[in-house]
Amino acid sequence: MKFAISATAFALLALPAWGQHEAALAVDIENGLHVYRAYCFTCHGPEGASVPGVDFRRGEFRHGATRQELTATIRNGIPGTAMPANNLDTDDMRRVTAYLTSLHDFQSSKVTLGDAQRGSELFHGKGQCLNCHRVETQGSRVGPDLSEIGATRSADFLERTLLDPTKAMLPQDRFVRGVSKDGKTIVGRRLNENTDTVQIIDEHENLVSLVKSELREFASLRTSTMPSYKEKFSDSELADVLAYLVSLKGLN
Amino acid sequence: MKGLRLVAALPMLSAGLSAQVTFDRLLHADREPQNWLTYSGTYASNRHSSLAQINAGNAKDLELKWIFQVHNTPFETTPLVINGIMYITQPPNDVVALDAKSGAVFWAYEYHAKPGRLCCAAVNRGLAILGDTLYMATVDAHLVAIDSKTGRPIWNVQVADPEQGYSMTMAPLVIKDKVLVGTAGGEMGIRGRIAAYEASTGKEAWTFYTIPAPGEPGHETWTGDAWQHGGASVWLTGSYDPELNLTYWGVGNPWPDFDDSVRPGDNLYSTSVVALDPDTGKLKWHYQFSPGDHSDYDSVQIPVLVNANWRGAPRQMMLWANRNGFFYALDRTTGQFLSGKAFVKQNWANGLDDSGRPIKSSKKAEDDITYPGIQGGTNWYSPSYSPRTGLFYVGAWDNYYSTFTKGAETPLPWRRGLINSWTDDAGHGSIMALDPATGDKKWEFKMYDVTDSGILTTNGDVLFSGGREGNFYALDERNGSMLWKSSLGGDVASGPITYQVDGKQYVAVAAGHGLFVFGLR
Repeated sequence: MKFAISATAFALLALPAWGQHEAALAVDIENGLHVYRAYCFTCHGPEGASVPGVDFRRGEFRHGATRQELTATIRNGIPGTAMPANNLDTDDMRRVTAYLTSLHDFQSSKVTLGDAQRGSELFHGKGQCLNCHRVETQGSRVGPDLSEIGATRSADFLERTLLDPTKAMLPQDRFVRGVSKDGKTIVGRRLNENTDTVQIIDEHENLVSLVKSELREFASLRTSTMPSYKEKFSDSELADVLAYLVSLKGLN
Repeated sequence: MKGLRLVAALPMLSAGLSAQVTFDRLLHADREPQNWLTYSGTYASNRHSSLAQINAGNAKDLELKWIFQVHNTPFETTPLVINGIMYITQPPNDVVALDAKSGAVFWAYEYHAKPGRLCCAAVNRGLAILGDTLYMATVDAHLVAIDSKTGRPIWNVQVADPEQGYSMTMAPLVIKDKVLVGTAGGEMGIRGRIAAYEASTGKEAWTFYTIPAPGEPGHETWTGDAWQHGGASVWLTGSYDPELNLTYWGVGNPWPDFDDSVRPGDNLYSTSVVALDPDTGKLKWHYQFSPGDHSDYDSVQIPVLVNANWRGAPRQMMLWANRNGFFYALDRTTGQFLSGKAFVKQNWANGLDDSGRPIKSSKKAEDDITYPGIQGGTNWYSPSYSPRTGLFYVGAWDNYYSTFTKGAETPLPWRRGLINSWTDDAGHGSIMALDPATGDKKWEFKMYDVTDSGILTTNGDVLFSGGREGNFYALDERNGSMLWKSSLGGDVASGPITYQVDGKQYVAVAAGHGLFVFGLR
C-alpha cells in the first residue's frame, strides 16, 4: 500500500489545501483508474506518456503536479492544445487526481522484478493462482480479479501479499461467513455491504445478497484463504511472478 | 388630500405584505410550521417542527409523492417552503421555484459562476428570504438577490475575490434588514470573514474578520504574518437570538490545516464560535473549541440555541456537537463553558479543563492514528433538538480515524461511491441522541456506512435522517427504533425538512441527484 500511503501523506502534509473534504486514499486511486480510462486514456495512453512532454509515471506535468493544479488543468483545459475542459464531478475529480498523483510512485519500488514470461508460467502452473484468481477470461472469480493488478497495486504491496497474505489483505478483499437460521453456512468474498445486507460472490461464483436479519451468525473474516508463497517460490521465482503481476494492466 | 391617499393605499399595501416574509415572520417561524422559512427552520436552529400529522403510529405509511432531479452533485440543498411554493438551489448556483405539492416548476434562475480556486465541491446549501426576495451566496463569492416571483436577479455584489480562494456555499441568514454571509476557502489561505449587506440594496453594512488584525484583541494568538492567510473560514449558516440580539457563527480550521509549525499559537477565532451584534458586526464573545488545531477540526456546525433547565436553573444555552468529537453546552449570553463530553471515540485530548480548553494528549498526531479522523466526529450536517424529548440529535462518525504519517502499513480507511467494503476498519455512521445535561448517549441508531445527513425532529415523535448508503429513515425520536425507511439510491447529504400544503404534511430531502418528497398514503 505504499502508493496509497505516500499519496495520503502528500495530501495531508504537503497539500493541506485539499483538506476540507478528504485526502487521496487507496480506494480513490483505484476508482481513479476508471475515471482515467473514461476521460484521459485516449490521448494520454495506457502508461500516461503518450502526449509529448507529459509523463504521469515520471511525475512530469506541464501545468503543475499538485492535485489542486491538476484539478484546475482538468477543469479548465489548456487553451491552444488538444486538452479540453472536462466537467468532472467532485468525486471523479478527486479520484482521477488521486490516481494521477499516485502513478509515479509505482516506479519507485525497491522490489526486484524478474522475467514476466517465466512469471506467467509460474502463475498459471506451479503457483495454481487461477484456482482462486482470474486474469481476463481465465481462472476463478472467487478471489480478487487480477487483470489490472499491475495498474492498481505497487510491486512491493504485491510482494508483501505473496509472502504474508493475511497481513497484507485489505478490508475490501475480506471474505464473509454467514449462517442462516436453518443452519446453512455460506462463505464468499464481500463485494459490498450496507446496514441491512451484504453482497458477496460465493464459492460457486454466484452473486448472492444476504439479509443480515435473516442470519444466525455473520462475520467478516480477517484471515486470508490465500497460501503464503514464501516457501513455495524461490526468490527468483518470486521476482518472476511479481514481474508478471506488475505487467497486468487490464485494458492495455 | 395627502391623508386620503394614504388611507386608500393602505389596504392594498397590507394585502401585498401578507404574502411577504417579513422579519417578524422569521422571528416567529415556529408559529407557521406549514412553512420552512430559514435554512435551519428557525433562528434557534433546532430543526424541529411542530407538525404532527406524520407520527410514530403512521410513519410506516409514508410514500413517495414526487422527485425533482438535478444535473450535478453534491446536491446538499435545504429547501425553503413559503405558502406552498418551494425554493431550492441546484449545484452550483441555480435557483428553482417549485409547486411544493407536485414538484412542477414555476421558474428557474441560472447563475453562471466563475469560481476561482475552490478547495472542495461547488455545492450550495440553500437560500434565505426576506419580503419577496431570495438571497443566494455563490461559489464565486457573490451574494445575489432574486425576485421570488419571477426568478429575476435584483442585485449582485461581490463579497470577496474568488481568485484569492474565496467562495461561498452556505445559505445566507437574514436578520432585520440585513443579509449575513460568511466566506469559505479555509484550505486556500484566505482570511475568513462574516459580512452583512443591506437586504434592499446589497450595500455592505459591516464586515467582521475571523482573524484579528494587528492591534485587535486576539491578534497575539498568531505569529508573524500568518494571520493574513490563516483560513478561519465561515461556511455554514449561523443562528440568532433576538432577545440577546446576538448572532452566532461557527468558524473553520486555521490554515495550513495540518502544519501548525508555521502558525504557532491558538489562532483565534479559528475553530471557534463567535457571538456578534447583528447591527454592527461587533464581537460580543467567543469560545474556541480546538486551539491551535492541526486536524482540520472546523467548528463549522450549526449553533443550536436551547432554553432549558441546566442543573436546576433555567439557562440560555447553546448546544454544539463539534467536529473534534466533543459535545458542548455553552451559556450563550456570555460564552461560558458549561460542559463538554466526547460523543465519539477520540484520542487527541485528555478531556477538557474547567474552562473547556482541551488538555491535549501527549501523542504526536503526525506519528499516530488520530480519532476522530479528518472528517471529524460530525461535520456540517445539521443536528436537531426536540423540546418534546429534551434530547439533542446528531449524525456522527464513530471509531473513525485518520493517519497523518508517512510509511504507515495500514491504509487510511476510506471509501466512496457505490461500493462499501471498508467500514470494518473505517468506523461507522450513526444517529445519536444525547442528553444535553450530561452528554450521555440516550440511544444510538448505527449504520454500516457513515453519514452526511442532517436531522429533522417533529412533534409527531418522528425523526428523519439518512446516510451515505442512500437510505432515508424515520426513527422514533424517543428510543431510536426504526419506523420506516426508503432507499433513495444516492448519498443523503442534506438536511430534511417538513412542511404542509392544503392540510397535508410532507417531508423533503435531497439525495444523490434528486429531491425526494414523501407524504402519507
